[in-house]
Order: sequence, then C-alpha cells, then structure tokens
Amino acid sequence: MEELKPNIQFPQELLDEVQRSVNMFPEGKQKSALLRVLHLAQAHWGYLSSDVMDYVARLLHIQPIEVYEVATFYSMYDTTPVGKVKLEVCRTGPCMIEGAEKIISYIEKQLGIKEGETTPDGLFTLKAVECLGACGYAPMLQAGEQYHEHLTEEKVDELIAMYRQKPLANYMGLKHD
Amino acid sequence: MTRKLLLENDHIEGIRTYDVYRKNGGYRSVEKALKTMSPDEVVEEVKKSGLRGRGGAGFPTGMKWSFLAKPDGVPRHLLCNADESEPGTFKDRYLMERIPHLLIEGMIVSSFALGANQSYIYIRGEYMYVLQILEKAIQEAYANGWLGKNILGSGYDLDLSVAPGAGAYICGEETALIESLEGERGNPRMKPPFPAVKGLWQRPTVVNNVETIAAVVPIINDGGDEYAKIGVGRSTGTKLISASGNINKPGVYEIELGVSVEDFLYSDQYCGGIKNGKKLKACVPGGSSVPVLPHFLVCKTATGTDRLMTYESLAEGGFETGSMLGSGGFIVYDEDQCMVKNTWNFARFYHHESCGQCSPCREGTGWMKKVLHNLELGKGKVEDIDLLWDIQSKIEGNTICPLGDAAAWPVAAAIRHFREEFEWHVNEPVLSQTRNFGLVSEKSFITQTV
Ligand SMILES: Cc1cc2nc3c(=O)[nH]c(=O)nc-3n(C[C@H](O)[C@H](O)[C@H](O)COP(=O)(O)O)c2cc1C
Ligand code: SF4
Ligand code: FES
Repeated sequence: MEELKPNIQFPQELLDEVQRSVNMFPEGKQKSALLRVLHLAQAHWGYLSSDVMDYVARLLHIQPIEVYEVATFYSMYDTTPVGKVKLEVCRTGPCMIEGAEKIISYIEKQLGIKEGETTPDGLFTLKAVECLGACGYAPMLQAGEQYHEHLTEEKVDELIAMYRQKPLANYMGLKHD
Repeated sequence: MTRKLLLENDHIEGIRTYDVYRKNGGYRSVEKALKTMSPDEVVEEVKKSGLRGRGGAGFPTGMKWSFLAKPDGVPRHLLCNADESEPGTFKDRYLMERIPHLLIEGMIVSSFALGANQSYIYIRGEYMYVLQILEKAIQEAYANGWLGKNILGSGYDLDLSVAPGAGAYICGEETALIESLEGERGNPRMKPPFPAVKGLWQRPTVVNNVETIAAVVPIINDGGDEYAKIGVGRSTGTKLISASGNINKPGVYEIELGVSVEDFLYSDQYCGGIKNGKKLKACVPGGSSVPVLPHFLVCKTATGTDRLMTYESLAEGGFETGSMLGSGGFIVYDEDQCMVKNTWNFARFYHHESCGQCSPCREGTGWMKKVLHNLELGKGKVEDIDLLWDIQSKIEGNTICPLGDAAAWPVAAAIRHFREEFEWHVNEPVLSQTRNFGLVSEKSFITQTV
C-alpha cells in the first residue's frame, strides 16, 4: 500500500462520525456511507482532491474509482477548489419568475465576478443551481447549509458583509475555524 | 373549515421537540398499531383509506404495500423518499423541518406494517440542516423507546437512519434512490425486477414519499374509513400543496382534496390571487413535470365544469386540455411571464439532471434546450417549433425511467397551448426581446392539434 500523505487524515471527531455513518448499514454494506463521508470530507478540506478521494476509498475499503465515479456524478461535490463561501442561487422556473436573474447579476456586480467564478481572494464562489425546494420563498440562495430566502438587493448586501466577517458557514453540524 | 391532518399542530411552539409533540397526541398511532393490530391489519386500514402516493405518481399506497415480496429469511426495507427536487415542490421540507416526529411516527407504523426492521430516510443533500433536525428527533425517539429493540414490549425491532443525497434530481426516482443509497451514481435501474422484489441490496423494498408516510399516522389514529370520507371519489384525504410563482401568498397549504382550483388560487385562505393585480396567464399545477395549463383551462375544464384539486379533475381532458396533480407543486404565472423562456428554463433543468444513460433523454433534452434558447432569443425559425414537437415525441416512452417523459411533457404542453406565443417570438424577433406576449387567445387549443 502507498504511503498516506500525512495531512490527509480526518481528526478523531470526524473518524467517529465516519464510524457512526458506517454503523447505519448492515455488515459489509459500508459503501452506503459514501455520500455522507464525502460531504464530511468536503466540509473538512473544502473540496475533494484526488488525495482526499483516495483517502475516503481506504476508509471505506472500496476502490478509488468507485469514489471518483460518485464524486463526479453529484452536483454538490467539488473536485476542484472553490471559494470558502459558495453562494448558490436558484435559477429554476419559480425562482426565475420572481427575479432570480436580477439577483444573480446583482451579486456578479457586487463581487466583480461572473456566475461560476471565484473572487480573487478565494472568499466567494457564485453558482447558479437548480431548484432547492424553496420556490415559495423566491428568490433564494443557499450558502453552506443555510437557506436565505425572499432575497432583495439590500439582503444580498447584508449577506455579503456578513460572510466577509464570518466566512464559514456551519456545515454538517461541524464547527469551522 | 377545512380539516388538517398533517399540519394541524404546525403552529404549536416547540412542536419540533419530542415532549411537545408527544403531549399533543404524538406516537398514539404507534401504540395503537403495535399493541392492538397485526401488520396486515395496518395494511388493510391504509387500503381502506384510499391513500395514494404523494410523491407524484399517485399509486395506491395500500396496494403497493401488498405487492411487497416476503421471501423467508430475507430482510425487507422501507425507504422514505425525501429527495424533493421537482421544481415547484417544497412541502416535504416544510413538514420535516416543522414536525419531524410526524415523519418518524409514520415510519415506525409503516415499517411495522411491512415487516421491515431497518428503514432509511433518503434526503436531498441540500437539506443538510433538515437532516440534522431529523437526526435529533430520531435520537429522542430512541431515548423514549419508540425505536430500537422490542418497541413497547411488542417484540418488534426497528432501526431508523437518515442518509443524504448530494445534488441530483434523478435520485428522487425510486431505483436511482436505491442506487444512491448503495453508494453509487444515481442511475435508474431497468424494471423489472421491481423494488418490491429486488430493491435495496437486492432485497424487497418499498419506497414512499415523506407526505405519504406521514399520512399513515392519521389513518391509523382515526381509521381508514374516516380518512376516506375526506375528498372526492378516488382522491381521498388531504394533500400538501406547495404554492409558488406570481401569487400574493405563496407557501405550503394543506387542502382537502376536492377544493376548487378557483378557490385555491383566489381565496385568502390559500394563494390569495395574482400579485400586483395582474392577470393569470398560466399554471403548472403539479410540479415542473406536468403539462402547463393556459389561463382559460386552470379553473375550468374544457367542457366548462369547475376544475377541482383532485387527481381526476386536474387530469380531465387528458394532455389535450388537462394536466396532473403530480407532486402538488402549484406554480402560477402572471401575464408578464414568457412561456418560451419558462419552457427553455425547464428544458435546461431536465438536461442538467438527465443521468445520461439513455440517448433519447441525454441528447433530446440538450437539443430541446438549445432550440428553445434560440426561440427565446428571437433567433428561431417556425420549423424549430415543429422540430421541438418531433424531439419531445421521440423521447416520451423511449427511456429507462420517467425523467424522459417528464422532460417531454412540459415542452409538448407549451407548444400545444402557447404556439401563438412561440410563433410571435419567430415573427417578432426584436419586439419579443423588449416586451412579453401577454395572454394566448382562448381558442388556440381547439385549432391547434399538432
Ligand atoms: C425523475 C423523478 C424524480 C422523482 N422525484 C421524487 C421526489 O423527489 N420525491 C418523491 O417522493 N418521489 C419522486 N419521484 C417518484 C418516485 O419514483 C416514487 O414514485 C415515489 O417516491 C413513490 O412514493 P409514493 O408512492 O409515496 O408517492 C420521482 C420520480 C421521477 C421519475
Ligand atoms: S430517462 Fe434520462 S434520467 Fe432516466 S435513465 Fe434515461 S437518461 Fe437517465
Ligand atoms: S425554483 Fe428556486 S427553490 Fe424551487
């Protein structure tokens, strides 16, 4: 077996969480914990590098290719670096007719980036995403695990200011520094 | 007053916590089922209730349960579908966030009925904060003896866990959900075998929507017959409707099936009418996958009768002049909205969410998206409208899973009812970029049979 990169290692708290996730499934079905463990890994390292994915494969006793296949299928996983705060604005029908496009261009203007880009300081990534299940409270965006609904330009300004002060949202119930 | 069975207590302070939930009558259905009923009797009550799946397809729940294979010595599973990703739908989030114990209670009774000892709630990854609310509630349920070994001394054991998805609409399709729960990509499986025979880990499996499982609680508490008294015909009980779009009061409403669409759309009890005094242009009554209705077919059917919020009435007229109740995602468009643009937006969604296994779906959705975008930008030709019709007709029915149909139907309905508006985009390439078409004329659906 190859050497593990020393920096690719979950702290004990997260190893316990991995164990808890594996225990939810019958003996031998630990692969079922993969999606949750990838969420944990992404919350911890910011994105899923190939080193991280190899580490997850070893943790769950599966092949690295099985992890890559899953990590590249689901839209919430990032396999390349992103900003500390991802602003994910819903662009789907019900949000669109309540002004999602205006919100996206306003954020583009305020952050000086285009949709899909990250600010040069690595703080914000702006992403347009599909329906997040908040259509009645449109327009809306998600940052970390937090939903922000009924957006207006003023609200967007407040959010940007707030995340500049305190960049990392609580994710997977885990505290970030 | 309309009766509420699911959201009756949603306004009570602290109802999210076990103590308050229990004080307000929570977990009675578990006591009743485990102490006084056999699993088959629970299934029988659900059959009597007439409950139909609330996830979109409307399949009778009791019948689905009775199809579950029960080979000796093979564990069975109940999976709750909390993927909720159909555009326009946000009721399951509301229910789980406010009253998590209602879902857990329903999961216990339903798992008992099916003889499942290990059940899962599969929740979309974006609802991570809701996952935490559910896990906390599950912990409370374990601590109070409603989950675990020998529940209420009945000899019945149940473990319940929550598993997150990670952003994929397709994982709401039941076989893709199962794949995802096995730690795989969400590629739907070929059927047969059906999940009732070979599902999770090749074991017999039932997949039900959040709201379906929650509805089992009042059905067991009050009896299936009582539940069946609410509603009209084969649309029994109450339904959660997610109302969005250009209305005064968007939100989640619990209705008795059978309320008229007009009442739902215009009364202050529900949507409160169109915002800013505008006119109604169109309505998608059951989530993005169902056919859009033009303004004159929303409150009335083509034969002039009142349209009701029921499975049957919303479907009256078939796809020519009707739609579907679907997931209950009720999206309202005012006169300022552009149907070409909205159809393009939905086509883009389906293209983004196609898992890519079948070429008609993978290629067809991408093609429709491009053609619609051109039309929307005033760069289309009249032939493009016929091309769109042709593409959608070749997707429908030719794919592994119903996502293909779900992508085709909205396009077909938009062309069927709003062809005038599509043609206007072609004939007025400049004007169509500066203003909207307004309402289509009422006759267009009669002359337009493509
Ligand atoms: C593309 C696609 C997406 C779906 N998404 C959901 C969903 O998010 N939630 C849901 O309950 N059912 C969804 N369904 C329907 C499920 O496949 C399944 O019919 C349903 O979960 C059964 O539960 P029910 O009988 O209680 O409605 C979807 C179906 C398809 C084809
Ligand atoms: S119809 Fe589309 S989503 Fe469904 S299996 Fe085929 S390619 Fe995948
Ligand atoms: S359309 Fe934006 S949350 Fe549903």
